[in-house]
Amino acid sequence: MDINEVPQEGNRTMGGHKRAMYARDADGRIVIVASAGGEVDETVTLQALEFIREQTEAARKRVEAGETSPLEYWMYAQRLDLPQMSQVTGFWQWRIRRHFQPQRFAKLSGDILQRYADVMGITVEQLRTLP
Amino acid sequence: MNMLIENFQHRHAAHCESGVASSMLSHHGAKISEAMAFGLSGAMAFAFLPFIKFAGFPLIAYRMPPKAILKGMVKPFKMRFHFETFRDQAKGMRRLDELLAEGHIVGIQTSAFWLPYFPADMRFHFNAHNLIVYGKEGNDYLISDPVTEDPQRCDAESLQKARFATGLMAPKGLLYYPEEIGQKEVTAEAVLRSIKKTVRTMLGPVPIVGVRGIRMLANRVGKLDTADKLSLNYVGHIVRMQEEIGTGGAGFRFLYAAFLQEAADITGREELKVLAEKLNVIGDGWREFALKAVRMIKGREAFDPKLLAQMLHKQADDEKEFFQALKRAIA
Repeated sequence: MDINEVPQEGNRTMGGHKRAMYARDADGRIVIVASAGGEVDETVTLQALEFIREQTEAARKRVEAGETSPLEYWMYAQRLDLPQMSQVTGFWQWRIRRHFQPQRFAKLSGDILQRYADVMGITVEQLRTLP
Repeated sequence: MNMLIENFQHRHAAHCESGVASSMLSHHGAKISEAMAFGLSGAMAFAFLPFIKFAGFPLIAYRMPPKAILKGMVKPFKMRFHFETFRDQAKGMRRLDELLAEGHIVGIQTSAFWLPYFPADMRFHFNAHNLIVYGKEGNDYLISDPVTEDPQRCDAESLQKARFATGLMAPKGLLYYPEEIGQKEVTAEAVLRSIKKTVRTMLGPVPIVGVRGIRMLANRVGKLDTADKLSLNYVGHIVRMQEEIGTGGAGFRFLYAAFLQEAADITGREELKVLAEKLNVIGDGWREFALKAVRMIKGREAFDPKLLAQMLHKQADDEKEFFQALKRAIA
């Protein structure tokens, strides 16, 4: 890659940051260049975010229909999935799945709710409802 | 409490760990570039790990696992590296303050999800993000994050969250600093030894690592079902691992090419410059693959897994030829 090929069209997921890339200058030396990003990297990040958004919205509908607890909604909203939620909380996946049942979720102890809230960076009050 | 380590210079880097290693060693008198830290530790690799899921998709790594670069500095620089983790969070924060007060710059491992200066769209639960703390002003830590162009700040509460995030590769408050650097210049032997190591990794017999790993990924891509909506997400995931998360595929090839140029000067082997140029072309091949994949994701071109698989096989062929030539060049 030559310096003039380093993507500079911009990538809105980078929030104005620039990333360092390595490219060849006029003398053939490979040097560091700040890149504003481009379509390729933007597309795949947006695709990943869209995938998460779809899961989050589907969970919201299920919460509204009484089929799952707000925990599942928040899990996706905070960019986790079931295996990751299990890793960050230390709870077994089947146990978390049980906590998705609205009746069981309503009866969860403060400690367990707090653990979920902590790993997701929200409060217990937030966790209890949809935003 | 205000503290600032004088003379510390923040540098922008393509990858967090090689960036931290080069800034930290340079601060302590062993002036090396990011490319040298990356190359010398033998960090360039390829691994396709279908059994480790990352957001539901297999982990595709274009480099050695976290901490490989830091640990790779120990031998060439005759270093003693102090690593410390904490069970008690408050203790871990106090220790950081103590070290700053003693005048150390301190490397720490964090989760990107909790760093407030990260753009919202980039805040994922990734636990192996390295950065340097070089001071404190009131409640804010002064942060040299290699992947940002300028130094950053992070409030104490967020930094604590980031250092003690749980999950895969949990940092457990890890902090580190060099206790001793016995060798400040890069030797030709160390360079050649590291290249040998990288050649061995890339041409090795393990089916999911190196050139064979690229082939395995190619075969997997070739079998993607065009009717399955998730197939395009799979392809996007590969590109994301390659171009976005820790720069990845193409980025690391260019970074290693920069290392080979430096290596040619240190060892006096001009052939390495020619090989740097070849690797540059291979990096371009990875970028072409990414571009093609994105055109398919955007629907500008029909989704053709076979074609993508072919492109990946071509990358494997080129890398095989390249590493065989590299092996001959250092023999």
